[in-house]
Amino acid sequence: MADKRMTAEDAVATLTDGMTVGIGGWGSRRKPMAIVRAMLRSPITNLHIVSYGGPDVGLLAAAGKIGKLTYGFVSLDSIALEPHFRAARQACSIPQLVELDEGMLQWGLYAASLRLPFLPTRAGLGSDVMRINPHIKTVVSPYPDGEQFVAMPAITLDAAFVHLNRADARGNAQYLGPDLYFDDLFLNACAPGRRFVSCERVIATEDLLKEGSIHTLKVNRSMVDGVIESPNGAHFTTCEPDYGRDEAFQRDYAKAAADPVGWSAFVDKYLSGSEADYQKAVAR
Amino acid sequence: MSETDSGPATLDEICVVACAETWRGDGEIFASGMGPVPMIAARLARASFEPDLLISDGEAYFVANDLRVGGGPDEKLVEGWIPFRQVFDTLAGGRRHVMMGASQIDRFGNENIACIGPWEKPKAQLLGMRGGPGNTINHATSFWIPSQTKRVFVPAVDVVSGVGYDRAATLGPWVAAHHEIRRVITNMGVYDFETPDHSMRLRSRHPGVSVDEIVGATGFELVIPASVPETRLPTGEELRLIRAVFDPNGVRKGEFRS
Repeated sequence: MADKRMTAEDAVATLTDGMTVGIGGWGSRRKPMAIVRAMLRSPITNLHIVSYGGPDVGLLAAAGKIGKLTYGFVSLDSIALEPHFRAARQACSIPQLVELDEGMLQWGLYAASLRLPFLPTRAGLGSDVMRINPHIKTVVSPYPDGEQFVAMPAITLDAAFVHLNRADARGNAQYLGPDLYFDDLFLNACAPGRRFVSCERVIATEDLLKEGSIHTLKVNRSMVDGVIESPNGAHFTTCEPDYGRDEAFQRDYAKAAADPVGWSAFVDKYLSGSEADYQKAVAR
Repeated sequence: MSETDSGPATLDEICVVACAETWRGDGEIFASGMGPVPMIAARLARASFEPDLLISDGEAYFVANDLRVGGGPDEKLVEGWIPFRQVFDTLAGGRRHVMMGASQIDRFGNENIACIGPWEKPKAQLLGMRGGPGNTINHATSFWIPSQTKRVFVPAVDVVSGVGYDRAATLGPWVAAHHEIRRVITNMGVYDFETPDHSMRLRSRHPGVSVDEIVGATGFELVIPASVPETRLPTGEELRLIRAVFDPNGVRKGEFRS
């Protein structure tokens, strides 16, 4: 049986420029930040990022690594507006944007996970989502209601990264917090080969039910190609119940992001070395 | 208890009660409030006159007790689970009435929280579409605007996130039957769309605010009835609930520009 453990660098090394990469979590909640930091250290570029965006999108945008972004929002939750994303949007520095309703994004991932070309939904009808995304078409019900729906196209991923609380070496993974968000859909929307789970701790299979009920095992090993043990790997976003958001650090991040000098100092202090260097710098 | 705890109702409390009133009659649905004032309002509505409402903690739980805003895990009496996926299912099923913010709104209730200026080159990026399109097309939506000005009440929004009545009217009978922008509450008054063409109407003005002041802070033609009532004052019990139970730390006051 396969031992799928690897490093964040191994996982990121499977990416090539221009790939469509899904990132799990929600806003500033349980984001695979150690993976994002590995992306920042790699030469990879021109990525199509698909995300319920938080600092993952902000950091990758600030580093100029996003060629295309598919999103429903980008926010730090306790700080409403993501400063790097805001700056990137206002400077028009992200070449291609697909802005969706939150539910449309879910539907696109779900369609991909079911191997359907689209799923019908009412979300988007009448809004400017349809104006700014002329590639999204509508479909008419073949039944007597004859209603028109948005035909939300599948968002098929080349790679997917999520951060969960626990996993075994084979890729069975567990969330212990209150919400899985759409992490299973990100994994299922991706063809086998580049589906990665980072986790707080790799544990033995027989220990999977020690900390949570069967309902916490929503990610099974057929959905996962690589397991990255990454303690504090969601920092500075939430990873309940292991840790909450580092609000003080997030405030520093947002403040630093607001001006180039501050940001350059922030990068020097936190983002210029390895993940181990980062963890050392943020331990306080 | 400090002196304000027994003092007369202040503007923030009048607004909380006006927001709570939007859920009156809703029954057993998810009363979802985005931000402090709508959250306090939803909780107040359940505690005061709409006891079957479902209230979330803003994360992933339905709570059965009267929870203060920012209340910790130990304070929650959990009665259900409402992770984001369930929120999406609930809203598509129509068992929800949400109160959201609006950076811009027009006379038919089209709402923008995405960005200011052209979407292709925004002057100011805001949150993005978020759930506006799906919320407004599926169930009742109300809006809370803490600072009404002509830059917020605009002739036309820059980007349509939440769908207003003029656009909904083009989308067929199902949408016509389920789309509802119920109320808009601001620091100046309460508005609805109960007019023949569903254009915005002044429903009440908050105490001390004149119709002229409201018109001066509105960038479109507002329907103004011959007689405009004053927004009702909170009852003593509502004031007690707001001050002592739901928001003892005065989080709500942070939404108002001093």
